[in-house]
Amino acid sequence: MHPRDRWFAALGALPWLAVVVPMAMMAAALVSQGHGAISLNFLLEDPSRAGRAGGIASLLLSTAWILAVALAVAVPVGIGCAVYLSEEVLPGSAAEKRLGFVLDLLAATPSVVYGLFGYQFFAITLGFGFSILSGGLALSLMVLPLMIRSAEQALRAVPGSYRQASAALSITRWGWVRRILLPSAAQGIAVGIILSVGRALAETAVLLFTAGYVLRRPDSVFDSGRSLSVHIYDMAMNVPGGTERAAATALVLVTLLILINMVVRGLLRAPASLRQ
Amino acid sequence: MTTITSRSTTDRWLSTALYASAAVAALALGAIVLVLTIRTLPFIVDHGAAILTDNWHPRAGGFGMGAMIAASLLVSVLALALSAPVAVLLAAWLRYFAPASLRRPTLALIDLMAGIPSVVYGLWGLLVLVPWVNELAPPGASWLAGSLVLALMILPLALLVTDTAFAQLPENYIRSGEALAISRWGLLRRVLLPQAPPAIVSGVVLQFGRALGETLAVLMVCGNVVQLPGSIFDPVRTLTANIALEIAYAGGSHRVALFVSGLLLMTVTAGLLFLAMQLRGRKHAPA
Repeated sequence: MHPRDRWFAALGALPWLAVVVPMAMMAAALVSQGHGAISLNFLLEDPSRAGRAGGIASLLLSTAWILAVALAVAVPVGIGCAVYLSEEVLPGSAAEKRLGFVLDLLAATPSVVYGLFGYQFFAITLGFGFSILSGGLALSLMVLPLMIRSAEQALRAVPGSYRQASAALSITRWGWVRRILLPSAAQGIAVGIILSVGRALAETAVLLFTAGYVLRRPDSVFDSGRSLSVHIYDMAMNVPGGTERAAATALVLVTLLILINMVVRGLLRAPASLRQ
Repeated sequence: MTTITSRSTTDRWLSTALYASAAVAALALGAIVLVLTIRTLPFIVDHGAAILTDNWHPRAGGFGMGAMIAASLLVSVLALALSAPVAVLLAAWLRYFAPASLRRPTLALIDLMAGIPSVVYGLWGLLVLVPWVNELAPPGASWLAGSLVLALMILPLALLVTDTAFAQLPENYIRSGEALAISRWGLLRRVLLPQAPPAIVSGVVLQFGRALGETLAVLMVCGNVVQLPGSIFDPVRTLTANIALEIAYAGGSHRVALFVSGLLLMTVTAGLLFLAMQLRGRKHAPA
């Protein structure tokens, strides 16, 4: 090794530490502040005294509902749009570029703008109010570009020879999409769905003024429901003495996201023979 | 490309359904732009450049968001100045200098960091960073705290973009360099870094957009005082934090003013996206 390289190899440890140390501090802070509140009952009980006591069961439920609404829209529309991109428009065509630009713009739009839009359009104009429905719909728009792009990538990875073979057998387009294209890309599409779940779980700003703050268990999608992420914000900022519960909820949320990250890594690493 | 053609009814339905899903994506963007514009146009016409002044007293009819625009820019610029050099150096180090046993786990950690919610970064800022800044100079919740948290948040994607930019450089640059017995550092500084800027700068511009649009983390650690900061230790309120704080109770013109700030944010991030695309595109143009 060149002597100068040895210097740089040693110096490089500084930026490495600049990343690893804060993350280690974050883990330490969450564990030291939150571990006292963590127990099985924390997951199974509803919160009481504005969240200072009890657990997060009703919030897990609200989060699941919001997620279900968001996915119910984002998954079919996302897969449809991805199939449109891979089947109906030619790569490099004007239509593809225009749609690609729209998706890039949607992906770059700040989440607080989705929140404003959801508040105005879903909560006020359509009259859904502060509800799981408003929050889930606003969230579905936010995760749409991610869902579409990952599904599109999976579809484009399907070998061209499959398409040629299907054309030679004069299979219908519907048969091709349903029996060959989608099953071959299933694993990649699953990765897209799971990534979208992760993005939706992590989001707060969209939900603050669409899904609302209510701590109760929701009875229907027209009820307001507080997500885990909003709970962390509210406990940390608005509830005196809420820090411990905020940290404990953050631990639960981050654990969920780490699991999601591991599933995605596993799916991406799985050998091709296991696909479909 | 081979296209599969057929005239069956199911297939026509399929085409329609696919077209409709693509239209939903386009309509979503259209609806967002339309709602924001319709909601704010009369207000913008009425107030004009007054929204850029430093006079935010919504109850008294003062809708100048200059201080918050400045705060958004300042917090993001400092975050980028802290984050971008670390991201580029770390990407180069991981790719060309670090032992392989360190590279993989570090990239896994960075991947994980990209998925951690901003509210958790904010909580960390509140628990660790704000008390720490408070010891340096009270009150702690400040421009500096916001920039530090944001710097950590934008680092993963800035690093991954840089890493991809390096990965796309021709392999034989490195082999030729090795054959000439150039030091890796020399190779990096004279050959690799000069080749990679379009992609790196484009990535950094996009991260600037993300920093401007980030809400929760800055809301939790910046202190949220509407003012032009005199130093990095002063509390500030960004445009995004202002929306999150006030939309719940804002009515009338006040609410419209918040929509104006949303439209402003969207316009600026769209402009940054466009700039990033131009920068990336230039790489392919003949030198």
